[in-house]
Amino acid sequence: MAADVRLLADPFDPAAKLAAFTAAHPAAGGVVSFLGQVRSGEGVEALELRHYPPLTLPGMTALGQAVLARWALDGLLILHRHGQMTPGDPIVLVAAAARHRRDAFAAADFAMDHLKSDSWFWKRERRGGEWRWIEPRDQDHADLARWG
Amino acid sequence: MAKLVFLGRLEDLAGGPEREVAPGPLEAVLATLPVELAVALLGDRVRIARNGELITERGGIVLAEGDEIAFLPPVSGG
Repeated sequence: MAADVRLLADPFDPAAKLAAFTAAHPAAGGVVSFLGQVRSGEGVEALELRHYPPLTLPGMTALGQAVLARWALDGLLILHRHGQMTPGDPIVLVAAAARHRRDAFAAADFAMDHLKSDSWFWKRERRGGEWRWIEPRDQDHADLARWG
Repeated sequence: MAKLVFLGRLEDLAGGPEREVAPGPLEAVLATLPVELAVALLGDRVRIARNGELITERGGIVLAEGDEIAFLPPVSGG
């Protein structure tokens, strides 16, 4: 079973994607999903995620394989946007389907920590008409270290 | 020609996402760039990929015709 891993240039409908994923894995007793969206407030007008094609999707695909090797899953979905987004837009959807919920929770958690701090994305925000690059957060690296 | 690719904040310093350069030793190529940019590209936390493959040893890189060298600052992902 291969993970469904995609890097998307255009907006996506997370509810439709999750419904299709769930329907494709009827034997799974549980599906855990995480949706990341552009937060509103704090004066952020837009967010842009840049990637480097030779590395970004291959790295996400390798992450999907690592997740499947570590947990017993029926299915794994990883969707990640790049390009410009505005508050409320979905950025990332991760879903893990498993016979037992703990595997699904852990797999989704692991995948998100690695997408946040160990994947080839660079983020900038526009506030007051000015773009600024976002520096990595120490918390992201601490999250990653949990997995050893 | 060879190509340098600048990701993240390095793009701002470089004034654009990429730059065409003459092939040759990377040190010689960097010496033709503005000092502030060259220093940033050589930062400890900047990774380098050559033709899409990360390299671990940055000494002795010689750019061939058609090579693409990408400079990858710390990621600040999704």
